[in-house]
Amino acid sequence: MKKLLDVKNISFKYSEESPDIFKDINFTIDKGDVLCILGPNGTGKTTLLKCLNRLQTPYTGEILLNDKNIKGYTYQELSKYIGYIPQGHIPTFPFNVEEVVLMGRAPYINLTNSPKEEDLKIARKSLKTLNIMHLKDKAYTELSGGERQLVFLARVLCQNPSILILDEPTSNLDFGNQFKLLKIIEKLSSNGLSIIMSTHNPDHGFIVGNKVAIMKDKKFMEYGNPNDVLTENNIEKAYNIDDVDIIKLNNKRKICIPYPKWE
Amino acid sequence: MENDKLIRDSILILLPILIFFLSFSIGRFPISTIDVIKTLLSPIIPSLTVSPAISTIVFQIRLPRIIAAMLVGASLAIAGAVFQGIFKNPLVSPDLLGVANGAGFGASIAILASLGNIFTQIFAFIFGIISVSITYLISKSYKNGGILVLILAGTAISAFFNALISGAKFIADPYNKLPQIVYWLMGSLSEVTINKLIITLIPVIIGLIIILSLRWRVNLLAMGDEEAQSLGENPERLRLILIAAATLITSASVSISGIIGWIGLLVPHLTRMIVGPDHKILIPASLSIGASFLLIVDNISRSLISVEIPIGILTAVIGVPVFLYLLRKGYSEWF
Repeated sequence: MKKLLDVKNISFKYSEESPDIFKDINFTIDKGDVLCILGPNGTGKTTLLKCLNRLQTPYTGEILLNDKNIKGYTYQELSKYIGYIPQGHIPTFPFNVEEVVLMGRAPYINLTNSPKEEDLKIARKSLKTLNIMHLKDKAYTELSGGERQLVFLARVLCQNPSILILDEPTSNLDFGNQFKLLKIIEKLSSNGLSIIMSTHNPDHGFIVGNKVAIMKDKKFMEYGNPNDVLTENNIEKAYNIDDVDIIKLNNKRKICIPYPKWE
Repeated sequence: MENDKLIRDSILILLPILIFFLSFSIGRFPISTIDVIKTLLSPIIPSLTVSPAISTIVFQIRLPRIIAAMLVGASLAIAGAVFQGIFKNPLVSPDLLGVANGAGFGASIAILASLGNIFTQIFAFIFGIISVSITYLISKSYKNGGILVLILAGTAISAFFNALISGAKFIADPYNKLPQIVYWLMGSLSEVTINKLIITLIPVIIGLIIILSLRWRVNLLAMGDEEAQSLGENPERLRLILIAAATLITSASVSISGIIGWIGLLVPHLTRMIVGPDHKILIPASLSIGASFLLIVDNISRSLISVEIPIGILTAVIGVPVFLYLLRKGYSEWF
């Protein structure tokens, strides 16, 4: 069957002499899938996500987007299928929110043109979708972490991608904003957008994921549906901790709680 | 809101035009603005009669100089705005990659070899481009050579050509050649002629067209290479094109005026405070303000005292206090 994204046996290292960052990674993404990638710090989650977007290139294996190797796409073509929000962003100039969101139209704008009225309409629609129209004229450098994440999300929606890659999208958000963002992710995926995200919270896998991968020791230690992958045993093994409890709540949702013995 | 923008844009368009006409009246030989307009129109409308003396001053002396001042001011300001954008650093100026010292060395050789004015200009232009090319090739020769390597290579090449300029000064005849080299390096528009202007005009226009048509995309590079690429841009390629175009116009301007500092750093800042950081507007607005600013400074340089003050000195003397004032006022916006 035709897959939207088919990742086959990819391995990556920074240079010939250096050790592998990860090895033989396989997974597939269909329309509307949400894949959550978990794993300890420094296991290469960010590098893996960058490979999917051609910001890095694996030395073996291939990544097929609609059955065609992503190396065969130009950056411009690729950016119409894959949107990416990096983990950290170092701001320089205080662009206003509307200007930042308009940048998401870049793949559709000729090299020598600027955004037109139509692009502005799409940008405003995307601001409306995320309920941040009121931020339109504010400098994005002066926003809170949560607001800025929404602005980048609005920008990436302007690209009209099929796949969204989010590198720890909740890492700088407060308790409430984390769940607002997860709700948005849920809504986007139910509209047919596929999402690949890295996260440090196993609960995210239960809440939004229909696929979960645990990355450990350069490999996907486990990969599959959340209920099979996110077991007490697997999480303990992944993070080298003891006594993790997975509790089923009344509404059938599961949560994951570490239970260290403080003796 | 929309109205404010309209007023702002009208001012940005009218300001350089107004200063252009007023500048003809400034100088040792006073000419009224009416006479200036009449004279400028006389080639198109033959019924207007103007005195030959006024005509000579307007067309032969003041017009080339006024256009040169505007061209150089606009070029340095735009190149500065582009460099600040693509290097994601508001403290960068157009000579970051060594264009000024390269051009200075080219001019020094031509002066030492007594090649004459036009060759001094051509040598300056070519060496400006050579030094930036060397910088770029060095940065490419390093594996994973990113922006930082490019800037470091620029600093090194700049220092290298600066040493060569010192060498040229050292061996120059102190009564004849040395003053010429020093005077060239200080920057001046007093020796601009129509021929020199035409040589400069072609590369400047080519560079300006490239930069103006790519200006919105500078925003993408200002967000960082990874983001630019995920937005569908090839950051390496775009940066190379923009560096080449900016170098073309900077080198051409420096070749006609000598080294004029501060405009390329100051004007983009000033403009950003007025129109904001969006390069779609920032770049044409820098053109307008850069042209106006250098024309005003040049008017001061040729009329303040009986001897002409080298414009490179004045841009710094006027530019530094303005810059420090702006820094105080707008510090929080940039950092």
